[in-house]
Amino acid sequence: MPSTPPLTADTSDILRLLTERFGALETSLFRDQTRIVVPEFKSLEVLAFLKDSGFDMLVDLTCVDYLEYRDALRRYGLVYLLASTLTNQRLTLRVFVDDPVMNPHAVLSDGPEAADKPMPTVRSAVPLWAAANWLEREVWDLFGVRFLGHPDLRRLVMPDAFTAHPLRKDYPLQGRGERHNFPVLTREDG
Amino acid sequence: MALELPENVVVSKLDELANWCRKNSLWPMPFATACCGIELMATGAAKHDLARFGAEVFRFSPRQCDLMIVAGRVVMKMLPVLQRIWLQMHEPKWCISMGACASTGGVFDTYAVVQGIDRFLPVDMYVPGCPPRPEQLIQAIIDLQDKIQREGTITGREFSTVERQLRKRALVESADLLTVDASRNPNIQRAMSDRSAIRRIQTS
Repeated sequence: MPSTPPLTADTSDILRLLTERFGALETSLFRDQTRIVVPEFKSLEVLAFLKDSGFDMLVDLTCVDYLEYRDALRRYGLVYLLASTLTNQRLTLRVFVDDPVMNPHAVLSDGPEAADKPMPTVRSAVPLWAAANWLEREVWDLFGVRFLGHPDLRRLVMPDAFTAHPLRKDYPLQGRGERHNFPVLTREDG
Repeated sequence: MALELPENVVVSKLDELANWCRKNSLWPMPFATACCGIELMATGAAKHDLARFGAEVFRFSPRQCDLMIVAGRVVMKMLPVLQRIWLQMHEPKWCISMGACASTGGVFDTYAVVQGIDRFLPVDMYVPGCPPRPEQLIQAIIDLQDKIQREGTITGREFSTVERQLRKRALVESADLLTVDASRNPNIQRAMSDRSAIRRIQTS
């Protein structure tokens, strides 16, 4: 078996390739982890490029709601954790999106939703990594971020009849009474 | 006319005989969703030996059980399953709510966790603790056996919800009898008109 190269924080080579291809991107280094911020309209191209450049593994895909977070300019921050099984490099990709309203600072209430309520949308990474399938379903379920091009965007963890997206910061911790909404069985019911 | 009974014949009520059989052969349905389930397993294992009380036959088919032990938190997505299993069990059947989570939701006061299964299911015994010791669960089973022996009828009359709830309510509000105007409280009036409830208040 070929030995795995040591885990390296040096990602200067891939950053140089990215800059040549896509121009200047916002990058930062935090505790030996390289982070790139990519605008939404470029995200799929950057991900495809990274996959071709050796980042063959999607470790995780998740989301953060920055509602009322200090200095946050946009509401949702998607996180793509990539790894290269060949070079043992790791890369964090961030894509920020907002609720689709005119004013990006306005807070859209997460009330009882109509099916056609506008939701923040990004393009799906399922065509690149099959691993993104359930991860994107989870993000849709809990944060209400839609993934365009996802083959089967259903809820993953909450019941199908659930209407809210409970990990949004404007969703109350104790819910809106969904946990009490069941038929009551008595002894007469058998 | 006096009837001579042979020495080896005992006269009893059919209800008592049925209760005696039922209470000593409780077959539990383990609905174990969390750490209480580990204590439930320990209760059934050799050291605590639930077989001493005739309740060691854990069956994973609700059709073969008459005692549901809900051990652990129940989330929204799980509750319809729990109700369905309860409906699939044959009567007479009983339910033990084991631990803080099954009884009240425990520390999980969140959108997804049901705040006590007794909101949606009839429960006979509550076991406090987080998780309860096997001794506590055994005590609950002993108490349930006692309850079956005292209240049980062969036709299952004790499961009539109206009767049971009235008695329960009477017990709760008997504490308030001295401080509230009983003549204006319809619940107390109803409880007062129930003879058995009044007997209970007087004896407690």
